[in-house]
Amino acid sequence: MNEIETKDLSLNDVKHLLRAQIYVGEGKLDMPIKAGTASDLMSDMLTGQNSDAVLLTGLCNVQVIRTSVIAGVVAVVLVRGKQPTQEIITQAREHGLPLLSTPFTMFTSCGRLFSKGLRGVEEKVPAATHAR
Amino acid sequence: MPALTKTFFIKARDFAKAGESSLQIQSILKSIGFTSDLIRRISICAYEAEMNVVMHGGNGELLLTVNPEDIVLDVNDDGPGIEDVELALREGYSTATPEYREMGFGAGMGLPNIKKNTDSLEIDSHNGRGVHLKMSFKVEDS
Repeated sequence: MNEIETKDLSLNDVKHLLRAQIYVGEGKLDMPIKAGTASDLMSDMLTGQNSDAVLLTGLCNVQVIRTSVIAGVVAVVLVRGKQPTQEIITQAREHGLPLLSTPFTMFTSCGRLFSKGLRGVEEKVPAATHAR
Repeated sequence: MPALTKTFFIKARDFAKAGESSLQIQSILKSIGFTSDLIRRISICAYEAEMNVVMHGGNGELLLTVNPEDIVLDVNDDGPGIEDVELALREGYSTATPEYREMGFGAGMGLPNIKKNTDSLEIDSHNGRGVHLKMSFKVEDS
């Protein structure tokens, strides 16, 4: 069923595929992105295994940044062209968390990354580190 | 004798700061050098508990104790307490307001998630007298 070759993308690939504006993380564009996850529910971000993943979200507040750092997310992309406030940018910068904004919807953003080989967290993370 | 203790104060409804104590705890644990899985579990529990206090609890405090054999998080608040602890431990049960849900919380996963990620969990709650959570995590040789 899996006809698309699975591969890691770089933050730069994510930025280009999503035609994204980057607010934080210009210096980390060669960083590998091992998996993708998408949610507007921060509670869900804390229950799954989201380490090393890029988070696509329609939620645009400081808790997105704090939740991402706690959950081990490595980059955040705001969908539907949402613009982060200065407070959100400052938080992201403080934690060294790349922050981008894409004009695409959540669905289209996920599809564009998936079609280039990025997979969900369930396929990318070694079973040994799954939440108990 | 505990190797390290640190107390953090949590202010009710202060969403501008909500989560900062947990981020500090994550940073302390990283600097000591525990395994990433242990740090992830403790940080998630601290954050879930901190958000619970901010959203439901009233003012409170979070005490981090790092012992050689275990790490303990004690969370106390002076809020209304949990009416039915058994119900609150059920996935999906929530008393969060629409305002909190808009922020991405209140899915009824907080306490169940804490239970899943701790090695031992004690919940002491009485109506009108706040909540005391004691979460323990074993330190295993890495």
